[in-house]
Amino acid sequence: MRHTPLHDVHEELGARMVDFGGWHMPLQYGPILDEVQCVRNQAGLFDLSHMGRVRVTGADRVAYIDRLITNYCAKIPVGSIRYAFLCREDGNPIDDLLVYRGEDEVYLVVNASNAEADLAWMREHTDGFDVTVEDLTDAEAMLAVQGQRSTEILQPFLEDLDLSSLKYYRFAFGTLCGIPNVRVSRTGYTGEIGYELYFPSAEGERVFRELAQGGEAAGLRPIGLGARDTLRLEAGMALYGHEVDAEHNPIEAGCNFAVSFAPEKGDWIGRAALEAVKETPTRKLIGVTTAGPRIPRQGQELYQGDQAIGSVCSGTRSPTLDTNIATAYVPLTVEPGDSLELDFRGKRQTALVCALPFFSRTRS
Amino acid sequence: MRPDDRKYSESHEWVKADGDTMLIGITDFAVNELCSGNEGDLVYCDLPEAGRTLDAGETFGEIESVKAVSDLNSPVAGEVVEVNPAIEDHLEILSSDPWKEGWLIRIRPASKSTDGMMDAEAYENFIASSAH
Repeated sequence: MRHTPLHDVHEELGARMVDFGGWHMPLQYGPILDEVQCVRNQAGLFDLSHMGRVRVTGADRVAYIDRLITNYCAKIPVGSIRYAFLCREDGNPIDDLLVYRGEDEVYLVVNASNAEADLAWMREHTDGFDVTVEDLTDAEAMLAVQGQRSTEILQPFLEDLDLSSLKYYRFAFGTLCGIPNVRVSRTGYTGEIGYELYFPSAEGERVFRELAQGGEAAGLRPIGLGARDTLRLEAGMALYGHEVDAEHNPIEAGCNFAVSFAPEKGDWIGRAALEAVKETPTRKLIGVTTAGPRIPRQGQELYQGDQAIGSVCSGTRSPTLDTNIATAYVPLTVEPGDSLELDFRGKRQTALVCALPFFSRTRS
Repeated sequence: MRPDDRKYSESHEWVKADGDTMLIGITDFAVNELCSGNEGDLVYCDLPEAGRTLDAGETFGEIESVKAVSDLNSPVAGEVVEVNPAIEDHLEILSSDPWKEGWLIRIRPASKSTDGMMDAEAYENFIASSAH
C-alpha cells in the first residue's frame, strides 16, 4: 500500500488506518461523529496527499483538456477552479475532478482510486495536441483546512496571501510556513468554508504539525476519511463509485453545472451521449432522510409500496441534521416530500425524499 | 487473556453455559473492529424475538457502526429464550463490558456441545494469526 508523507504522523496520533484506493489512510483519529462536529463547529485538518494531482502543460493544454472533460476549460478564468468529469464516449465518467486554470498550466485533482486509469486515458488521447501530462501525486503533499474557523487558523501561517480576498473556487500562490509558491485554493469537500494546500512532499510532516499545533486553541483537529465522507454527503457532493461511476452519468447526478454543451467548446468525448441523456433523462439523484436507527447503505433498495424503485448510493448518520441521510437514484416522478421505504432485511423504515444538498455553508 | 469460562467462534462470538441455557455475545475484538474503541460510533443492534429457533451458524441479528455492519451468528443451535433488554438503548455496554453485561441473547441449546469452538487461548492465537 502507498503511504502519504504524513503516514507516520497518523500512526503516531493513533489513527485507525485503512486501505483507501491503494493508500494506507486514516479512517478516524477518534469517534467519527465527533470529527464531523468538529469540522462543522470549529475546523478540521485533513491529509489528502493520496488524491491524484496531474499537471498539463504545453501550447495546446486548454484545447486538450476541453476535448477530455465535461466543463469548458477555455472559459475558466485564470486563477479559478471548476468541477468536471472525465468521460468515456458513452458519457459515463472515468472520474470526477477539479480543474485549476493556471497561467501556463492546467492542474487537475483526481480521485486516488482512479488516478492510474485517468492518467492512462489522458496519455492515450494526447495525439495531435502539444501537451505534457505529469503526475505530481508523489511530489506534492495536499492538506485541507476546513470549517468556519479555517480562515483565522490558516492566515497566520501565510506571509503574502490575504485569504479574505480569495473567493470560493479560486486559487492563488503564497508563502506557507516559509515555503514559497504554495498553491492555496478555497475549495473543499465538506460544505464548509475551507482551503486546500499543495506544496512539496518533503515539507508535509512539518506543515501538518505546525498547523495542527497552531490551530489547536481554535479547535482545529486532525480529521479522518470517515468524517470526510459524512461531511461531503451532508453537503450533497458526489463521490465516484457512489453517486457517479461507469453506470451513473453527470447529468442524472444533477451535475449539469459541470457539463458544457456550448457550441464553441467543440466536440468532446462523451458529449453526444450526454446531450441525449439531457433530452430524455430516465432517473434522477435525490436525498432521503430516515428517522429510524438504521443507516442506509450503498445498494439497499428503496420501495414505493411493493415496488423497488431505486437503490441507495451513499448513506450515513448525519450528526449535523441529527438523522440518517442517503442519496439514491429514483424515477423522475419522485418529488421532495414523498415518503418511500427502505428495506432492512425485511424490516421497513420510512425514508422521506428531500432536495440536495442536505447542508451547505459554502455558497454564502 | 480473555475469559476462559466460555468458548469462542471464528466470527468473534462467545458462548457461555449458564445453567440449562447458554449466553451468546460478541468479543471485544469484534466490537473494536466495528468502532475502534469509539463506542459512540456504534449506532444499532438488531436482535431476534424470544421464541425464535436458530440453527448452528445462523445469523440472528446485525450490529452496526457509523461505517460498517456485521452479522451476528449463533455458534450453537437452539431456541432464543431471552434477549438482553439493555442493549437497544445502551450499545456502549458492548464496549465497556462485552463479557458480562453485554450478553446479547440467551438460548436453550439443542445440545450443550461446543465442539469445534475455541477456548480462550486458541482464540487469542486465532486473533494474533489473523491480525492485519
